[in-house]
Amino acid sequence: MSVTHDTRVQVRPATAQRPALRGWPEINNPAAWIVASILLIMPLIANGFFLIEIFATTLILGTMALSLMLLAGYAGMVSLMQLTIAGFAAYMVAVFGVSGNANISLGWPWWLAVPMALALATIFGTLGGALAVRTEGIYTIMITLAIGAAFYYFTNQNWAIFNGHTGINTVATPHFWGVDWRADIPFYYIVLAVAALCYFAVEYVSRAPFGLTLQGVRDNPRRMAALGFNVNAHRVAAYAVASFIAALAGVLQVWNYRQISPGSVSVGACIDVLIIAVVGGITRPIGPYIGALIFVLLRTFALDFLVKIGLDGNRFRLLIGLGFLAIVFWSSDGVIGLWQRWRQSQRPAANRAGGGGRGHG
Amino acid sequence: MDSVAQRLSAVGAGAALELRGVTRLFGALAALTDVTITVRPGERRAVLGSNGAGKTTLFNCITGDFPPSSGTIRFFGEDVTHFPPYERIRRGLRRTYQISALFPGLTVQDNVYLACRGVSRGRFSFLRPGQNDALMHAADNLVQAVHLAGVKDQPVAELAHGQQRQLEIALALAGAPRFVLFDEPAAGLSPTERQELVEILTSLPAHIGYIIIEHDMDVALRVVESVTMMHNGRIFKEGLPQEIESDPEVQELYLGGGHE
Repeated sequence: MSVTHDTRVQVRPATAQRPALRGWPEINNPAAWIVASILLIMPLIANGFFLIEIFATTLILGTMALSLMLLAGYAGMVSLMQLTIAGFAAYMVAVFGVSGNANISLGWPWWLAVPMALALATIFGTLGGALAVRTEGIYTIMITLAIGAAFYYFTNQNWAIFNGHTGINTVATPHFWGVDWRADIPFYYIVLAVAALCYFAVEYVSRAPFGLTLQGVRDNPRRMAALGFNVNAHRVAAYAVASFIAALAGVLQVWNYRQISPGSVSVGACIDVLIIAVVGGITRPIGPYIGALIFVLLRTFALDFLVKIGLDGNRFRLLIGLGFLAIVFWSSDGVIGLWQRWRQSQRPAANRAGGGGRGHG
Repeated sequence: MDSVAQRLSAVGAGAALELRGVTRLFGALAALTDVTITVRPGERRAVLGSNGAGKTTLFNCITGDFPPSSGTIRFFGEDVTHFPPYERIRRGLRRTYQISALFPGLTVQDNVYLACRGVSRGRFSFLRPGQNDALMHAADNLVQAVHLAGVKDQPVAELAHGQQRQLEIALALAGAPRFVLFDEPAAGLSPTERQELVEILTSLPAHIGYIIIEHDMDVALRVVESVTMMHNGRIFKEGLPQEIESDPEVQELYLGGGHE
């Protein structure tokens, strides 16, 4: 008896919040306001290293993982090529724009090179998606991984466009209105603005017909067809939108490092995006950003930590791997799943203290 | 242009649903053999038959979930044999599933809203429905019609079985259905819920015809005007409900066969 009752108590608060989802849940959430304020005044708190190496990098990786979250969390398709699409956009910025490799770069101004890169990367990702939607489950993963691996080896071996294994270096970053937009503080705000835009766009679209149909496709594609939906068209459209988001992150990434080389689009890096999304949680758009923060913090500080306890610092991936194992073992919906369960376990206790706990049912 | 001409000719064609020589093979197994059925617009018909008689395969061929191996299917005169399911649905065909095929991660309201959206424009819209969205209102009305207004904001995964069956019917009634295929809508329902189901079916507008697969004769024979009896993938007998019920061969095969 008590077991059934407990599950009901756990379920109710989530249900009660549902109507708020139709609007903007963040508006009623003080924690969201605090996070937004901290992110906005971050340049006052953090030095250049933290601002770029930790927070800007987190937001860029988080946006790449957000594109995977859109595909996996809403449409039920796990794509391992999101980093490849971002890397493709990064290469295109370097190829069409200005770089130290004058024999390759066409020297277009950034405001021409960036839209070109976004358009080409979106087309690239959409075509890959059109291939991938013909398959289900593990075969989707295999096709997208094959596209990622093929792109990695292609960039390694192609010298005419991708400059082989050395990649393209000293990529120019935008300067206008007298501002160097790659200087730490302006660049942080650009990254924050793009990440916020993508985050809110995904959040908004999840309740619009486009996002709802994807969730329908995830839950039951056959029924979606029996309701009048062309399921594959919706899947390809999801790839198109996710590709655009990944491409935006790719443009920011090439501006961040000012170079792009095959090492940035390796198969390992493709899998990192999956790890980030899964560790953070793919049920909500905030998950990828949380996953990215954990990943970047581990990548940056695990080295010092491991040296301190007498291990080889290069083993930071061991920590990431162990963390990944722990997450998939204990919480299949990532850190946000852990957080939600913790909140729910706190809630009945709080209600009991207030004496109004049973009022819900 | 061709389809416009076909649709014009459909006006005179008369039949809502016309199957000619439909056969469906699964490997060497013939699930349907040479099935020919004509159903008038607004006609309400039961399809009876024991398990494996090919009833659900018949539905899958009509909706295109599995296309027929041979034969033709016309829907209001238009040859839809090679249409994908969504094209048939957009022309006014609807179906329900024997095992509820819902969207468990979404709320009741969103399930019905998706059904309304599927047969209208704006399926890819990036704009959230506003307060006065016509489809939202249509979804609200449907939710009320199947008595689910009290749970409309609950995720479908939390609904009781009977409520899921009611939602299953709501999804099939979205938009402007012209013909509905009900696949055992009463499966697993309590006697009270069966009564509600009969009320929902009998209160459908007269122009909406349907075919219902139903083992419960109390339900089936109260909501239909004609009966098709299937056996081993073939049409075995067609007639009025009372004819079929009193037919000795049918009783031998099905009614008296110890089937519950």
